[in-house]
Amino acid sequence: MQDPEERTKRQTSRRNFLGQALTAAGTAIAAPTLIHQATSAQNMNTTQTPAPGEMAVTLTVNGKPRSLTLEPRVTLLDALREQLGLVGSKKGCDHGQCGACTVLIDGERVYSCLALAVMQEGKAITTVEGLANGDVLHPVQDAFIDNDGFQCGYCTPGQVCASVALLDEIKRGCASAITPDLTRAPQLADLSEAEIKERLSGNLCRCSAYNGIVAAVQQAAGQQPPAPAAAMLLTEPAEVLV
Amino acid sequence: MSTVGKRKSHESAEGHVTGKAVYTDEQRPPVGMLSVYPVLAAHARAKITSIDTSAADEVEGLVTVLTAADVPGENDTGAIAHDEILLPTDEVMYWGQAVAWTVGETEDAARLAAQKITVEYEPLPPVLTIQDAIASDSFHTSPQVIRRGDPNAALQTADLCLTGEVGVNGQDHFYLETQTSWVIPDGAGHYQVYSSTQHPTETQIIIARVLGIPTNQVVVTCLRMGGGFGGKESQANPFASVAAIAAYKTGRPVRVKLNRQHDMILTGKRHGFLGHYTVGFSYDGRITALDVDLYADGGWSLDLSPPVLLRAMLHVDNAYYIPNLEVRGRIAKTNTVSNTAFRGFGGPQGMVVIEDIVDRVARSLNLPPDVVRERNFYHGTGETNTTHYGQEIFDNRIARVWSDVQANAEVAERKVAIAQFNQTHTYTKRGLAITPVKFGISFNKTQYNQAGALILIYTDGSIQLNHGGTEMGQGLHTKMLQVAAQTLGVNLNRFRVMPTSTDKVPNTSATAASSGSDLNGQAVKDACETIKSRLAPVAAKMLALDTPEEMVFAEDWIYCRTYPSARVRFEDVVQQAYGDRVSLSATGYYRTPSIYWNAETGRGRPFYYYAYGAAVSEVEVDGFTGTFKLLQVDIVHDVGESLNPLVDQGQIEGGFVQGMGWLTMEELVWDAQGRLRTDAPSTYKIPTISEVPEHFKVQLLERAAQDGVIYGSKAVGEPPLMLAISVREAIRAAIAAFGQPDHVPLTSPATPEATLKAIDYVRTHSTVAAKSSIDPDPALKS
Repeated sequence: MQDPEERTKRQTSRRNFLGQALTAAGTAIAAPTLIHQATSAQNMNTTQTPAPGEMAVTLTVNGKPRSLTLEPRVTLLDALREQLGLVGSKKGCDHGQCGACTVLIDGERVYSCLALAVMQEGKAITTVEGLANGDVLHPVQDAFIDNDGFQCGYCTPGQVCASVALLDEIKRGCASAITPDLTRAPQLADLSEAEIKERLSGNLCRCSAYNGIVAAVQQAAGQQPPAPAAAMLLTEPAEVLV
Repeated sequence: MSTVGKRKSHESAEGHVTGKAVYTDEQRPPVGMLSVYPVLAAHARAKITSIDTSAADEVEGLVTVLTAADVPGENDTGAIAHDEILLPTDEVMYWGQAVAWTVGETEDAARLAAQKITVEYEPLPPVLTIQDAIASDSFHTSPQVIRRGDPNAALQTADLCLTGEVGVNGQDHFYLETQTSWVIPDGAGHYQVYSSTQHPTETQIIIARVLGIPTNQVVVTCLRMGGGFGGKESQANPFASVAAIAAYKTGRPVRVKLNRQHDMILTGKRHGFLGHYTVGFSYDGRITALDVDLYADGGWSLDLSPPVLLRAMLHVDNAYYIPNLEVRGRIAKTNTVSNTAFRGFGGPQGMVVIEDIVDRVARSLNLPPDVVRERNFYHGTGETNTTHYGQEIFDNRIARVWSDVQANAEVAERKVAIAQFNQTHTYTKRGLAITPVKFGISFNKTQYNQAGALILIYTDGSIQLNHGGTEMGQGLHTKMLQVAAQTLGVNLNRFRVMPTSTDKVPNTSATAASSGSDLNGQAVKDACETIKSRLAPVAAKMLALDTPEEMVFAEDWIYCRTYPSARVRFEDVVQQAYGDRVSLSATGYYRTPSIYWNAETGRGRPFYYYAYGAAVSEVEVDGFTGTFKLLQVDIVHDVGESLNPLVDQGQIEGGFVQGMGWLTMEELVWDAQGRLRTDAPSTYKIPTISEVPEHFKVQLLERAAQDGVIYGSKAVGEPPLMLAISVREAIRAAIAAFGQPDHVPLTSPATPEATLKAIDYVRTHSTVAAKSSIDPDPALKS
């Protein structure tokens, strides 16, 4: 777990602490020249007249209808990234093998690199950008921060989306390949570490922040204390003088 | 208030969980940005007889095609030697090498056009393995030698000798973010480059080289990387260079983002190694002499192979005092990708060789391997605590981490339980191993051991922090914020960490060799101290003090140590300093003292200090399938006085798991034509969350402050990777339990296939009875 003091600060004033102060390299990174030249992703895609070979579709992404024209072969991932400017979902392999592109479609997790965009009309698509409620993070997002469930962050959007879906699957009584008793639906309170790992084995993390990820899911599942996996035998070091 | 030493979350934590953190390819694209796509060579080695691009011209959206003729400057991206041609002119050197690049309005257009380019070849016989290279005398370099004592004489007089061979496999970096660069020309001859590079300065120099322009015309900026692991130290350069040539030729912004398959086919990997050795030892398991040849598979060009080989040669002792040792090293030239830096940088390969040897010595004597390891540790002072290259280990902590981890892991009790388990189970066996790590910290190349920083304070008291290191997930920016906040005595929320950029801090070293915090931290501290020395007189004057001495900067206040009740706010002092015309920006600089290396004699002090660790791993091996389950891992690791225990814990866990992947599951397969057959996550298996054991305990060595390093901390990026050798050795121990062997030959990686072969060997080669006569101390058997 991170410094408890820091956690309190984040909960009271997240935007001030992390949003402005520390994510300088996070939110407003583009150089001025780039901003001036930037195309608006929305403006780019308002045309309703499809070019030959393209189709007009309306996708519901993070609660908003988005109209765009695209070829039927375009994946949902490419549509999100290249046309809608939603670059939170990452392209790690483009072959459905790494999980970095995981999004939610009608609440179910889907590798967006294996889903065709034109097939998603009428469905509710949620990307990592749509999980937070304004400034209030989704509990799974909070849990990933609290338990250091990332290093480079590139797989994190997929891990977070997969974890949100995982918890929902448990609530809906879905079994996994290793659920011990198929007559009794698994419960969040006693979801085992092995179950969590089985259910997240489709999301690779090359930094191997896996212990933190397990702990994050345990926290989001309401388990206390979370994180036997992330145990570190540590006494807080003595104050270091300047 | 102390900022350093706290478990601060990663500075981009919220950006990561919300998807708002911006990597190179997550920026808003500039208008008219083009994409590139490679044309891959169809042979491992061949003469190019023709390149026909005419059919590609018909593809709608194709802008141009890049071949060697389009390179305005030098057609070479070699980092050390100029032997790495960027766009081949007459010969391809490895299968998949990019022969030409198409430039399209879209990636689709570029891809379609690339498919229409026809290249004719005249195939030549390739050299594909280290063995091939030895047989055909194909090397990049002449042999290098480091020698201590007289190994030949010592081998003659040793109680026992063994000769053998150890093969060590390579490893793909598999950073989740593939190689990516954007190059934006301004129309006036300048190039702004955004690159996922661990070495912005080298990327800048090489782009300037291929464009034939002065370095100052190019600015390279690294926002952050989606993983690096050494794979973006030199490997970012050729792809950034291709985008730069396309931008030069078209005058438009260009992006390159390799797809996963191309990334795996085109980029260099961890070096595979081959070791040939003769070891002499006493009846009680003390190694008295070692003669070893190390061959590194350099691939088609030199890249960073010389320092990688040197680090392997300097770590072939690991934690062991070997009084007579000769290590010879040579870099094989093969027709494969050009192998490169990867977390550990040759150190892991050297250590795998010596750990293999130590295990063999132990089993030949029917002694527990951990006992033989312990008997050979560096110890005492002087000769027995000095490496084969003449550096004395002044802060030897091997025995401390070793005893701490054995106590934490309850090794003695578990050994008994494992022996009982193995007696009662015929088809599954358990094994436990303890291995040490002693890893030298500093770039082998002395000149890289320097760093710079730039602090800019604005009149409202907000601060921009620039330093020369890059962020790839290792938490460097977080640690630099902590160092700056600690030194200036201000709150973290005053800071903005700026993207690493060559126009802010020039002539930087790669963020590599685990040195990011050590070097840049000192430079950041130096810049902050400079500013403090300017602000202190201003504050003293505001407090009506005669002298600026003993001014304390703490918790956003400045006061005199002897009159803490009279104090002024940091931002008020900043305002006053501006009014008094006192500069509010400062550079900082650091160079590591006391290190030197004589390449001629193989002697010196190449490392400022060593990092230590020890790991206990226990596995269960299935005798039918050869699969293993990692049951328990306990680690004690020395990070000095941690700058950030949260970040360091992540580095230790992550390094261990990545090392375990390298040694047990990540298998690179090239076929007889030199084609990489494992070019996707479907065929190249990296560890998933399911491979991490439920019991995985990490303890930071206590009372471990390191003198002379930033706030007493130690480097942490690479050393933990080698703790995973304990997994390989635990698998070997479990394999041994299938019989009573005096030797367990286990190839790398220890895949189920390799394990089954080893089990088969053990079942048919159990000769322990013959050796018991030379065992001097049966009581030590466990």
